[in-house]
Amino acid sequence: MSAEAVAARPWRRKLVPYFQAGPLTLVLALFLIFPIVTIVIVSFFDYNSVQIIPAFILDNYRDVLFSKVTWQTYLNTFGYVIVVWAITLFIGFWIAYFLVFHIRTNTIRIACFLLTTIPFWTSNIIRMISWIPLLGRNGLVNALLLHAGVTGHPLEFLLYSPFSVVVAFVHLNTFFMIVPISNTMARIDKSLIEAARDANASGWQILTNVVIPLSKTGIAIGSIFIFTVVMGDFATVNVMSGGQSASVGLMMRNEMSELQYPAAAANAVVLLVIMLLIVSAIVRLVDIRKEL
Amino acid sequence: MAFRDERRPFSFYLLATGFALYVLFLYGPTITITVLSFQGPDGGLTFPMNGTSTHWFANLFERQAVGDFEGSIRRSLILGLMVMVLTVTISIAAGLAYRKGFRGETPLFYLSMASLIIPSILVSLGIGLMFQLIGLHPTWYGSALGAQLTWTLPFGLLIMFAVFNRFNPSYEEAGRDLGATAWQNLRHVVLPIIAPSVFGVALFGFTLSYDEFPRTLMTGGTFNTLPLEIMAMTTSVTTPVLYALGTVTTGISLTVIIVCLGTAFVIQRRRAARGSDAGRGV
Repeated sequence: MSAEAVAARPWRRKLVPYFQAGPLTLVLALFLIFPIVTIVIVSFFDYNSVQIIPAFILDNYRDVLFSKVTWQTYLNTFGYVIVVWAITLFIGFWIAYFLVFHIRTNTIRIACFLLTTIPFWTSNIIRMISWIPLLGRNGLVNALLLHAGVTGHPLEFLLYSPFSVVVAFVHLNTFFMIVPISNTMARIDKSLIEAARDANASGWQILTNVVIPLSKTGIAIGSIFIFTVVMGDFATVNVMSGGQSASVGLMMRNEMSELQYPAAAANAVVLLVIMLLIVSAIVRLVDIRKEL
Repeated sequence: MAFRDERRPFSFYLLATGFALYVLFLYGPTITITVLSFQGPDGGLTFPMNGTSTHWFANLFERQAVGDFEGSIRRSLILGLMVMVLTVTISIAAGLAYRKGFRGETPLFYLSMASLIIPSILVSLGIGLMFQLIGLHPTWYGSALGAQLTWTLPFGLLIMFAVFNRFNPSYEEAGRDLGATAWQNLRHVVLPIIAPSVFGVALFGFTLSYDEFPRTLMTGGTFNTLPLEIMAMTTSVTTPVLYALGTVTTGISLTVIIVCLGTAFVIQRRRAARGSDAGRGV
């Protein structure tokens, strides 16, 4: 349609963005909203060993909330969340700091940034498996430690243990911290830092009084990512612990493979509620809308 | 901090070392299994190398070693391309909608972000159950395609936001003044300017789909995609064929990464060389 036609029919012009946003809305409605509604509905269903039975019972929730296993699993998962969060925040913050404040040319900054991003575009499972020849009983790390005389016998806790789960989590997900933090840091007005220096602030004071407070939004967004990724994970815990550690996602996965869908659904609803609470707490603490 | 005429402070060397170690941590394991995938026929899952061979790569194509390598890699490549095309189209369209503004834009944005952070296993379970209740059979090109889009579209949308935030609308105004229709403006003004970022969206679309498994888990139907096949192998396969598979899939991902980033880079360079002002807005 020509410019005059558009001017002549403003209602058509007003409709255009709705058509443009339509496909996205449709995909999210069909494959996100409806499925979540389905989960909520099925969480009240009954089931036996072969099928799920439409019903309205609260047994699934009772089983989830009053089972000691659930609480222990949540505790274990929160343990992973806190450890992984602390490590990825530390690494992510300093990498972002290095890229934003120490790299002098834009080309090198983009190159370094890509270097940290490229693995994100490759297979997660393969990257988990890649730790086997390094951390295994006869792996490279043990060989090095034995050779250096640090230990007299191969360390068993390196692979198929909570240790290797944390290593893999950090390996796979630090990217989620680096991106939002460096994004926020890059927007810090450099003259603020000069001003702090002129006012005789030490490097440490500039860091704690200028850089960290102004990076809060990025830290919050990164934290939300790490929290949700670790909280809902099943594959990393399963592969890296050799099936010996528990997580909420893995608990659901096991129920799903035993066709106990209503139980898995009740678990999913509980997980979703807990995540909503924590994410909204983070959002309330730090206004992440500033970032958009 | 970083001023060209200044001497590098001590903290620079400290952080540079830290960065180098992080890069080693990121790439070390992948490099290790790439080397180990060339193990000799009698070699095991760890060092030392027992000779070198391409035995394990040949092994990939034997049906008993890997469940259905050829079928699953074919499905994953086709699915990746479908997700890529849809992610690019839908993200650009949504990005354009957000430039004009529409009622419901805020809820749609929050929904997209929710899609990004809701655990994949929930999406998988939900779509699987939904199909079961309606009585539809899940398929890799239907339900799994939809499941993967809930993962790739938020990334596409965020990239489009970043692009259009820096987009100078006067280019389109100039186009309109010259009598361009809305469609011509999109085709000849907007798309060429955002082209490099479109390759970025395509890169996310393809690679995230090609490697995706938690959302495909309950939505893939009868036939496995490659990541599901690999997932099943992790428990049953104890030979370096697993590493050979890793080398092949990583190689495919790297090829796509290089093609997409390379194209984006070439477009930028050409523009700079021609001295065209197209793209300055981006």
